[in-house]
Formats: sequence, structure tokens, C-alpha cells
Amino acid sequence: MPRETLDKKIQHLLDEILVMDSMVETAIIESVTALKNRNIELARRIYLSDAEINQRRFELENEIIITIATTQPVMAGDLRRIASILEVVGELERIGDYAKGIALICIRMGNEPLIKPLIDIPRMAELAADMLHRAIGAFVSADAEAARQIPQEDDQVDSLYNQVYRELVALMFTNPSIIDRANYLMWVAHNLERVADRVTNICERTIYVATGQLMEFAPSDDEFAPG
Amino acid sequence: MENNHFVLSVHNLNVWYGDFRALKEVNVNIPEKKITAIIGPSGCGKSTFLRCFNRMNELVPSCKTEGEILLHNQNIYSEDINPVIVRRRVGMVFQKPNPFPKSIYENVAWGIKINGLNNGSSKSFLDDLVEHSLRQAALWDEVKDKLHQSGLSLSGGQQQRLCIARAIAIRPEIILMDEPASALDPIATLKIEELMREISREYTIIVVTHNMQQAARVSDFTAFFTMDEDRAGFLMEYGDTTQIFTNPKEKLTEDYITGRFG
Repeated sequence: MPRETLDKKIQHLLDEILVMDSMVETAIIESVTALKNRNIELARRIYLSDAEINQRRFELENEIIITIATTQPVMAGDLRRIASILEVVGELERIGDYAKGIALICIRMGNEPLIKPLIDIPRMAELAADMLHRAIGAFVSADAEAARQIPQEDDQVDSLYNQVYRELVALMFTNPSIIDRANYLMWVAHNLERVADRVTNICERTIYVATGQLMEFAPSDDEFAPG
Repeated sequence: MENNHFVLSVHNLNVWYGDFRALKEVNVNIPEKKITAIIGPSGCGKSTFLRCFNRMNELVPSCKTEGEILLHNQNIYSEDINPVIVRRRVGMVFQKPNPFPKSIYENVAWGIKINGLNNGSSKSFLDDLVEHSLRQAALWDEVKDKLHQSGLSLSGGQQQRLCIARAIAIRPEIILMDEPASALDPIATLKIEELMREISREYTIIVVTHNMQQAARVSDFTAFFTMDEDRAGFLMEYGDTTQIFTNPKEKLTEDYITGRFG
């Protein structure tokens, strides 16, 4: 594959990442909106649209594999770029699964009322989606500096998660009849916390693309972490 | 690389063909019993560099070499060093398989005889050495029943392995390979690469290749040569093969291996 063709191909893959990212960000925000507004119809749409995200992931994977097979050899910066796109496409697909999980919880809760007004959970969703948005921007432009900053914001998501967790545990103690519904919300918060963790993985890939260094961000202090 | 024992050390090497400077100020250490690949665009002096290690460039009348190449701390360009001895210690395999028009057996035995390595020994000693060399070259099973047929009757890949057997029969320390698989099909190429890995336990190998995937697959270290505005070749980057092919330090290396020039 001649040089310009490979450049175009990589650009196309990055454009596709941006499209996939916007689908995933929308799914996260809307899944929490559906939960907050008890909009089961919206939750169903989000649940079903995850198949489109998965489909896109397979199409992109296929395109990447063909690119590797037809570009011989893929080396150095190109190699890091293409290998990382493969990884990031997988991360986006998994983040899409978290949104789908939240939508499913919304559907399962049916018409039962929320046990408390949702404030911290939508905040978590906004923070995580915003981190994702900027992490994908940094990935596409191979901006290692931005990629180093973004994971630090994971602390805010973690602290909201811990807050939600403590609050829900307290509610369950005082009223065991709501344990089911509280547990659902616990899962929602957990899913959002995982989104932010996967944003960190994307940032690690960006640093690899830009510098060739494979590194892992230290997990933030989490009061539930063992040891 | 620092932890390796270096068998060859090149200091300020310059090579001229008449007025044309082919290599400029090359400094490099070659680790023992490892495979070092030399890559770079056409005309950057890769083959010239390779041929410095066994003083083959001297066979070109206009060629002049400056600097020193130490083989175990002994400068192979010293006046008191016999180039024939250098070539016995530093063997070579060429791009095109070039067996002698003699039997398979004679191809391998030739170097042993001419170097007097069988002096006073029995024929069975020579037989054993031939067998050992052919085994090391992963050719024995294919030729053991036809040792007295012509070497030229073998396929290209087999001929190249015969040339490797011929090179290792005289127990050199270093084997130079100048694009040893570029005339072979993919299967024969992989066999040669496998063989290179195998024999690198006992020999130091320096290989020139245009095939970057081959360099990435087979070598431990890679040296990237390029040339300046006067077309004099120089060493741009040298390091662990994995590092060179995934994260080269020099932009010129990156540009070359990603197909931006050359």
C-alpha cells in the first residue's frame, strides 16, 4: 500500500472513531436521562442501538485487519497508531455496553418510582462522557499531554461513586424493602465508574501512539480497594 | 545491548571507492552470538559495510578503508594480519546461492580441506564434519542419500542452505549474509530465517536485508544506514530491533521504515 493510501486509510479510521465515540457518548448521557425521567421508551431505543455500535466495531476491526494485511510492513508510528485504533475501538464498544446496561436497568425498574432524586448519577454520567470526549480528541490528535491530564479527573468520578454508594447503603439499612431498587442504582453508578476507567485506558493508548511508551496510570485511591 | 559481549568493534570507519566516499565515520559494536540486521535505502553502503568485516572490499582495486575494526580487540586491518585468516574467521553467504559445480559433499568439504582443517585426520573425520555442517544448516535430511550429486541439482533454497553449510564447515566466528533470502520463495525464506535463529546460538550473524519484516523477524539488533547529501553512507540509528521497528528515536529511521522515503 503506497504511503498516501495508508495515510488516508488511517485518517479514515480516526474519523470513524470519532463517529463511534459520538454514538457512545450519546448512549451514556441518554441512558441516564431515560433513568432519571423514567422514560422506558428511550431506554429501549438505547438498548437496541447498542447493536449498531457493536456492528461498527466489527466493521472497523475488519478494516484494520485488512489494512495490516495489505500494508507490508506496518512499522513504527503507523504500527502503534493502527494497533491502538484496534484497542480503542474495543474500549468504545465496551463503554457502549455500559450504556446498554444502564438502559436495561431502566427497563427492568419499569414503573417503580426512584428511591431518591438522581443528582450525583447524572453528574457522573456528564463527567465520564466529557472525559471520554476529550480523551478521544486527544487520541485522534496524538496529544500525549492532554492524555496525561484527563485520567486525573477520574478521582472526581470515583468520589461521586463512593458518595452514591454510601448513600444507597444507608438507605438500604433504613428501609430493606427498597434493596432491589437501590441495588439497581448501585449498578448504574458502577457502570459509570467503569466508563471513566476505560477512558484512562484510551489515554494510555494515546501516550503509546505519541511516545512509544506503554504505561499504566496508577489507579486512583478508592476506599473500597482491597488492602 | 549494554549487557552483551561485543565480538566486533568498529571505530571511525570510512570507505572510499576512488574519490567517492561510500561510508562515513561509522562507529558500532556488534554483540556476540546475536543477529544484527543492517537496513537502509539502496546505495547507503550496507553491503560495503558488510564487506569491511572480512576485508572483501580490498578486492576492489580503487577501494580504500580507514579506521579500524576490532575482532576480539585485534584490528583486522593491521598490516600484520593476513586477510585470508580474517576470511576464515568471518564467513560469508551471498544473495544468490553460489555452490561450486561439485558434489554436495565436496561443497562442504572444500573449505575444510583448503584450510587444512582435516590435516592428518581420517576420512571419517571429514565425513563427520560434513554431516555436522549439513545438519547445522538443516539440510542433512534432504541430502543424506545424495551427497555425491551436484550441488547445482538442489533447489534455490537448498542451495542457499548448502552455502550456509559450506560457510559454517570451517567453524568461523562470524557469518556475514548479504540479502541471503532475496532470491528465494517465501517458504525457503522462512527456512533460512529459522536456520539463522538456530545457528545464532553458536555464531554471530550480520545480515544485510531490504526486507524490513525479515529484519524485524530475525534479528536481535538493527542498524539503520542512510546517506548524506554527498551520498556518503552513515549509521543513523542502531538499537534493539523491537525498539527500532516500534519506536525509532530518529525521524529519518521512522520515515524510512514507514515508507516515506527510500
